[in-house]
Amino acid sequence: MSAFSELVRRDVWIAWKEGGTLGVALGFYLVVVVLLPLALGPDLNLIARIAPAVLWVAFLLSALLSLGRLFEADFEDGSLDVLATGTLPLEAVVAGKALAHWLTTALPLIALAPLLGLLLNLRPDAYGVLVATMLAGTPAVSFLGAIGAALTVRTRRGGLLIGLLLLPLFVPTLIFGIEAIGAALSDADSFAASFLLLLAVSLAAMVLAPPAAAGALRFQLQ
Amino acid sequence: MKLIVDKLSVLRDSRAVLADLSFTVEPGSSLLLVGPNGAGKTTLLRTLAGLLPASAGRLWLQGGRSEQSLGELCHYVGHLNAIKSTLTVEENARFWQRYLGGAGSVDAALARFGLAGLKDIPAAYLSAGQKRRLALARLLLARRPLWLLDEPAAALDHDAQAALTAVVTAGLAAGGLVVAATHQPLGWPNERTLRLQPATRDL
Repeated sequence: MSAFSELVRRDVWIAWKEGGTLGVALGFYLVVVVLLPLALGPDLNLIARIAPAVLWVAFLLSALLSLGRLFEADFEDGSLDVLATGTLPLEAVVAGKALAHWLTTALPLIALAPLLGLLLNLRPDAYGVLVATMLAGTPAVSFLGAIGAALTVRTRRGGLLIGLLLLPLFVPTLIFGIEAIGAALSDADSFAASFLLLLAVSLAAMVLAPPAAAGALRFQLQ
Repeated sequence: MKLIVDKLSVLRDSRAVLADLSFTVEPGSSLLLVGPNGAGKTTLLRTLAGLLPASAGRLWLQGGRSEQSLGELCHYVGHLNAIKSTLTVEENARFWQRYLGGAGSVDAALARFGLAGLKDIPAAYLSAGQKRRLALARLLLARRPLWLLDEPAAALDHDAQAALTAVVTAGLAAGGLVVAATHQPLGWPNERTLRLQPATRDL
């Protein structure tokens, strides 16, 4: 267990020291969300209605930017070879790196989301639900993203490819995330169902993605 | 512990790089892999580390605990140094020590390879030879019986080569096994040489 926490700590520490990846993700999130109301015009009701969808889609696009580098740096400098000869199984290495990605990319983006909700005229009672659904749904993004990152680790400029591979996998998270916010705002009973499904997708991704990504990495290391 | 390789074949892209290779490495002895470029030295080391699958044949450590894979029993120091350039020299070493579950002293390992004065500088500022020393310092951070070294002396100066020889000698004296790919004589104790030839046979 200590090797696992050590790996997570190292990745968080490197992300903190380098700063660039997180800066790009946060900046991209901000730009996408700010541009959209400008493009749509001053219809406050329309913007408020689509705000949850905009925040979720912009989140997925921002997360994609950094997912491409999840294993690439470790692959290029040889660290992945040594990580693979550790006592930790490669599945746990994948889980550790996905967790570190969630901590260093998803959490700051979630923290920024309510602020951007303000720009989108999001109803005040929606902030809590927005943050709750994002906390419940985004682990799926980091863990499913690890599969795409593992498959494209040797691909030069794999960024586009990773988007094509991953965006379909993010559909359930996107649908249930937005559905849960909509249900909570209209006091519909379906909030619990959507929220629990969102949580279920995340939990399933946390279990199923590490073996899949580890299999892809083993193949890529050959 | 004794390393036994029995009729090992490794395919890369359906081309046989290693075919029907058999050898043993006794405890306390070293095996140097020599041969022209493309002879399969790195392929053999990566197969021993469990990073490449063997297409035929067996390899195992006699006397090792059966639940441990060969990868968990070896130190693999490949062409690439596995160093994070944003982390300091000490942070790099400490991470590998903890990740590999070792009990070796980080300070002692760095001092052994002449890096004691560079502990606090980011690894990005190290020269090629200093990065190589930092990678080799991993050997002292965790206790593992089998050392797989790919061109260990590349970029090392005279002092660092002497330090490496001393570290290898001590490791062998403790019953370790060393397999190293090299193009230059290393002058290690109990050394045997295995000459690999490029396989041209297509399967």
